[in-house]
Amino acid sequence: MTAAAPSKIVSMVQAIAEHVPSGSSVLMGAELEQMIPFSAGHEIIRQRRRDLTLVGPISDILFDQMIGAGCVSRVMAAWVGNASAGVGYCFRRAVERAIPNAIETVDYTNFTLAMALHAAALGVPFLPTYAALGSDLLESNGNLREFDSPVSEDRLIAVRALRPEVAILQAQRADALGNSHLWGNLGVAIDGARASRKVIVVAEEIVAPEVIASDPNRTLIPGFLVSAVVHEPWGAHPSPVQGYYGRDHAFFAEYHEKSRKQEDFEGWLEDWVLKIPSRAQYMMKLGSSRIADLKVREHAFTAPADFGF
Amino acid sequence: MVAAAAREIRDGELVFVGMRLPMIAFALAKRTHAPGATGLFENGIIRDAPAAGLLYTMGDPPNLYKSTFCGEMISVMSFLQQGRVNVGFLGAAEVDRFGNLNTTWGRRNGQPVRLPGSGGACDIACLAQRTVVILAHDPQRLVARVGHITSPGNGSGAGWRRAQGLPARSGPSAIITTMGVLRFGEDGEAYLASIHPGIRMEEVLGNTGWTLRVADDLCVTPEPSEGELAAIREIDPNHFWTKT
Repeated sequence: MTAAAPSKIVSMVQAIAEHVPSGSSVLMGAELEQMIPFSAGHEIIRQRRRDLTLVGPISDILFDQMIGAGCVSRVMAAWVGNASAGVGYCFRRAVERAIPNAIETVDYTNFTLAMALHAAALGVPFLPTYAALGSDLLESNGNLREFDSPVSEDRLIAVRALRPEVAILQAQRADALGNSHLWGNLGVAIDGARASRKVIVVAEEIVAPEVIASDPNRTLIPGFLVSAVVHEPWGAHPSPVQGYYGRDHAFFAEYHEKSRKQEDFEGWLEDWVLKIPSRAQYMMKLGSSRIADLKVREHAFTAPADFGF
Repeated sequence: MVAAAAREIRDGELVFVGMRLPMIAFALAKRTHAPGATGLFENGIIRDAPAAGLLYTMGDPPNLYKSTFCGEMISVMSFLQQGRVNVGFLGAAEVDRFGNLNTTWGRRNGQPVRLPGSGGACDIACLAQRTVVILAHDPQRLVARVGHITSPGNGSGAGWRRAQGLPARSGPSAIITTMGVLRFGEDGEAYLASIHPGIRMEEVLGNTGWTLRVADDLCVTPEPSEGELAAIREIDPNHFWTKT
């Protein structure tokens, strides 16, 4: 790294404007129920992106919101809904009744989606697995193909490599070049970063390169993969970020009720996304007492690891 | 139902824990008869100690706090594929007489309803040594044949799994419902193995979407013990998951 390496820090508006055009395939929700990039998804909705392919194992309610807002024409996922409340009503309306538009669903399982990204991360066209043998998913997803093993008597499924155009990944902290520290359950984040053509990192904190280099095992996204870094505190709310804030369970329950009918969902979208130009203003709407309730009550720092020599 | 589900976990086993009720069943087993069980969560968490506090999702911060391992999905799923995982726990919208699960396409008033999909359920059903399903007992859920096999059980009967190429040591082990416990015969079909206290046989048969066979040695599911009830109250104090 040279001292002259330019900072990749941009605003959320710029990051989405530059790297997420209509028609792209976008990996989000790679860290499962933690660290879902809601702030990025809301900016995509505000910039009226259309015809997106959403890629992710379990997206909780972010995919549901983006589908309801009309941004999406295809979903490649293992599960789309509301993790604590059940179904995703916008997803249902789009699939069952083409409201606000028809979407194509390419159904995966968690493992096969993880393997699709892992194959792309390894730079190979497919990976074999036993998962999904006998499932009707094989009929609807052409990226899962049965084949006979060339080296044993097994029948397996070839999971085709999946290379999203852009991955949007939350991190606890990153430096200005995008070298990112993540911790907690990682889902498919590491493979997602390696598999995608571009990566946008959304970080709770921007730190000096020395902080990153003090704990290189925790650097799960090397900066050379990263196209843009967005400093966006609370960017994952209502999902949790370990060590920063908890999951806003009530928000998911409220969304479940407000998204039941299309007209109510449109009101919710207006109130929480379209009328709110930035995450800072979103936090003002959320209110200080709700924010205080979600803050970490008791810190739990790890034991230091010695990198000395 | 949750107590009966928890009893499917033996002490020392590796357990793959699905969303919703399975999380409560695992926490209950850890606090009672299976303190040595290890829980694997598809988001990348491994726990030797039960999480402190109620979990709405497996990614809630208390499930990461003091966990044994936090890593990638592919790491925990690899243990499933190796055949190391003793038992996997799943919920489902529909299960059929051969233990096949549907969480993709349901029906309501004759109209197709799009459900959330597999998540990790199909992976668990394909690869765990034993798969245990937890769901409410009604004829819309226990059906003769699922409309869509999201997660394979015994397919159309004995020998089907092997013919598909699924691992020899895998398959459905029990269906735990609000009325009883179903297990699987040599022919791959589910039968009633035990009936919950206070439930009448006619209720079970009338709420099952096929002619359910009954075990010769049918027993009554043991009542939850004081210890189990106390643990459930501790795990789910406001009855978010355990409504009955």
